[in-house]
Parts: sequence; C-alpha cells; structure tokens
Amino acid sequence: MLNIYEVNETNNMIEKDNLDVRTITLGLSLLDCMDSDIDKVCDKIYDRITTKAARLVETGEEISREFGIPIVNKRISVTPIGIVGSAAAKSTDDFVKIAKAMDRARSEVGVNFIGGYSALVSKGMTTADELLIRSIPDALSQTDLVCSSVNLGSTRTGINMDAVRLMGEVILDTARKTKDQDCLGCAKLVVFCNAPDDNPFMAGAFHGVTESDAIINVGVSGPGVVKYALSKVRGEDFETLCETIKKTAFKVTRVGQLVAREASRMLDVPFGIVDLSLAPTPAIGDSVADILCEIGLEKAGAPGTTAALALLNDQVKKGGVMASSYVGGLSGAFIPVSEDQGMIDAVEAGALTIEKLEAMTCVCSVGLDMIAIPGDTKATTISGIIADEMAIGMVNQKTTAVRIIPVIGKGVGDRVEFGGLLGYAPIMPVNQFSCDDFINRKGRIPAPIHSFKN
Amino acid sequence: MEKVIITVVGKDTVGIIARVCTYLADNHINILDISQTIVDGYFNMMMVVDIAGVDKKFDDIANEIDSVGQDIGVIIRAQKEEIFDMMHRV
Repeated sequence: MLNIYEVNETNNMIEKDNLDVRTITLGLSLLDCMDSDIDKVCDKIYDRITTKAARLVETGEEISREFGIPIVNKRISVTPIGIVGSAAAKSTDDFVKIAKAMDRARSEVGVNFIGGYSALVSKGMTTADELLIRSIPDALSQTDLVCSSVNLGSTRTGINMDAVRLMGEVILDTARKTKDQDCLGCAKLVVFCNAPDDNPFMAGAFHGVTESDAIINVGVSGPGVVKYALSKVRGEDFETLCETIKKTAFKVTRVGQLVAREASRMLDVPFGIVDLSLAPTPAIGDSVADILCEIGLEKAGAPGTTAALALLNDQVKKGGVMASSYVGGLSGAFIPVSEDQGMIDAVEAGALTIEKLEAMTCVCSVGLDMIAIPGDTKATTISGIIADEMAIGMVNQKTTAVRIIPVIGKGVGDRVEFGGLLGYAPIMPVNQFSCDDFINRKGRIPAPIHSFKN
Repeated sequence: MEKVIITVVGKDTVGIIARVCTYLADNHINILDISQTIVDGYFNMMMVVDIAGVDKKFDDIANEIDSVGQDIGVIIRAQKEEIFDMMHRV
C-alpha cells in the first residue's frame, strides 16, 4: 500500500516544483482531405479537426482533475500541409487559405496551438512545398496560433541548401510581417534536420505520413523536479548525480505514460508515444539552466556546460525509457532561451552566446531555440546559422532545429517580450562576418558517408 | 474497487478527521487506510478510500471535499490512486 511520504513526494513535485504534463497532442492524418478544389480542401480539413478533436480539451481537463496534475496544453498536429494542399494550392494565397481554415478549426475546438503547416524538403522541394514555404510569412501573420515547420535535411538525404537559403529569407520576412507583435511569427516557425514524425511539442509538431489516422502523443516536463532532487545530492559523486536524474526522470515519465493511456482510452484514439523532454517555462524554478547550475556551473554557458548537458540529456533518456513502452518525439532536454529564466539570466550576464548554444545542441535533444537576434541580420547569415545546425544533426544522426527571431527595429542590448509560455529574450549578438558566397551556391550537401548502411 | 487518495494538509485544529470522516460516511465512501503525521508543524493526513458503488461523480466528490477543507481552513485534495502507483511502483 502507498505510504504518506510517497503521496507527499508526488504532490510536492506538482505544487512546489512545477511538475506538469506539458502537452497532450492529438495527431490527425489529413491525407484523405486532399482534393483538387482549394475550398473543398479547407472545408474537409475544418470538418476533420472539429469532429475528431471535439472532446480533446474537455478530456485533458478531466484527466487533470482526476489525478490532480496540471496538463498545460492541449494541441493538434496534422499531416504536413505541403502534401495535403499539393493537388489544390496553385498559389501562396491558396496555402494561406488552408492556414486560416486550420486556425478557425483550432479556435472552434479550443486548443492553444495547431501544428503541421509544414513541408518536408530534406532532399528537394516539390512545387507545392516551395509555395507553402513562400506562404509562411503571410500564413503566420494572418493566423493566430498556427505553427509551421520545415524539414531541411536528414542523415539519409543530406541538406537541401536551396531550402536553407530560402528559409533565411522566409524567417526574415515573417519577422517583418509580424513586427507589430514583436516578430512573434518567428516563434511559431521552426526548421529541422531529422524531424521526428511524432513530436508532440510546438512549434515543430506535425503528424508524419508514417502515422495512422489519429494518435495521442504526450509531452512531459519537470525541470524543477530534477533541480530539487539534485539539490539534495550537492557535492556527491557523478554516479549519485546520474542515479538521481535517472530516478527522477523515471517518475516524471510515468506520469506522462499514465496521462497518455487515459487520454487514449477516453478519446478512443491509439496511444503513440511519450516524449520525455525536460521542457522549461519562464516560471521561476522551471529551468533547465538551473539544473546545469545545480550540477555545478556558476551560469549556463560556463566551461563544462556541454558536458553537464550531455550527462543530463543521457540520464533523462535512460530513466525515461523504462517508464514508458513507447518513447519518441524529441525526448531529452530543451534549451530554449526565452522560455527559460536561467538561460535569459546567463545571456544577460554574458555567460552564454549563440556559439556556446550551438555546441550545446550537439548533445541535447533539439537545437537553437527561441533565440532573438538583431533585426538587421542578413538573410544569408540566418541561413548560415541554420546550415550549421542542420550539419550537426546530419552528421550526428540526431534531430536538430532552429527557431530564431530576428527582431525588427531592435539590436543587441534590447529585449523582446513574447508573453506567456514563450517568455522574453535579450537580443543576442550574431557573428558579423559574411557567408554570402557559401549560402548562394545552388543545390544540396550530400548525405554523409555513415548514412550508407544498406 | 476504485481507489482514491485523499490528502489533508494544514494547520492542526480540533475535529479535522471527524469532519472528513463525516463527509465520507454521509456519501457511503469506505475508508481503507488512514495515516497521519505532523510535518514541519503542519497536520498531514492521507486516506485511501474506495468510491466504487458511490453514486456521485468523482468530480463532485473532489469539489465537495475541497469545500469541506475550506470550511475548516485546511487543503483537502482527492486524486485517483493511479498517479501515485505509477510513480512509486514498478
């Protein structure tokens, strides 16, 4: 029988250390919504989402009440629209129509983000993919909570440098078109290398073409819980440190597994995966950077940061995999800047730079995330930053991503406020030397030698 | 059997257990286990109860017992047992 100490431990994690389930994400296939008439495509998409996701929010809230655990977000991911809209969309405006239909459906069912305004172009772009990418600035500025992602490379295919070049321009254009909202559009846009098909986290969630009609994916969180557990073992050796992270990750992931199972049962939708990421929020104490400090760094970004993060990421995975039968998505530690008070402090103290963050992305679960840069940064420079990150993913056979926000009208020393879970960020300096001639080459970077495993 | 864990946390006062047990008895909720301790000067109680066969919905029970807590100035929470089982039992 359970004892009072175990019950109190769980409840303290929830109340004091911000343990929550970050998201229940319903993945929906829209492949059979394809049509040659754009209005019909929009209608079918709206109907599919409003029918299938009608009870998602209510179910999430019910589970939250039953177990006394906050479930922060309920979200929807759909089949990449570059595919769904390919037969109907003949212009960027056609794609924007689809984005608006997605946003209307999202608003109707009450979820707080819908992802999948996406294109998978790791080797080449179809005409439709390119139209979708070119429509992103309008789509994100004319909708409220639609998220967009583009997969630009993979270990198997190499990096599509034409798409990398294009995305530099698209990110800058998205920033310009949403400059009245502090360039918020760019916070809803992410580029990937090796994008997973079952990621429940925004902005990169989409429902992969390898998935079934509908699936429930759950993203857990809990940086505060890990930090608290580590505060009890200060000064102990690495074995103790690793054991503590592993045990905590196990407990956190078990909650995710329970919520995923219940949501799957109540919605009668198969359970897909639990994503056992440590996802920070701007709330005090809900920070991955604070864990790094607890491990022994003065600030995130100090020498030793990459090693500490590698250790953390690995132990989170080791603890989490035993807690759930199906672990997937991104799974590891997220290191966004604006969504993590400890990261923000580190940047403002001069401890953390984009270059150090890039090194950290070699060993964490994703990539350069929620980083604000000066609004006068050139498109080619943004593409260069993206290319570097894609290369790290390609060579290391891992997912990497870039979600970067050129803040129009602001420069280093200024701050940008996104609000809510997206937080605020100091504008970070970018290397001023040019990579124009590199980015302006046409074509793609071939797949690395270790991709030939057949 | 449908087990629910009820936790009571707050400043110690006369009649906490009596009030909670009265509510449970009035609603035909059977108590399976009780443990109680004082942590950092605060009253801490955990009850394992069975709500199978109770007409009321879980949500209603949780809300009503929360109001009982508000009356006596303590925090009373009802949660389904699985969350604790999942976390602490392999």
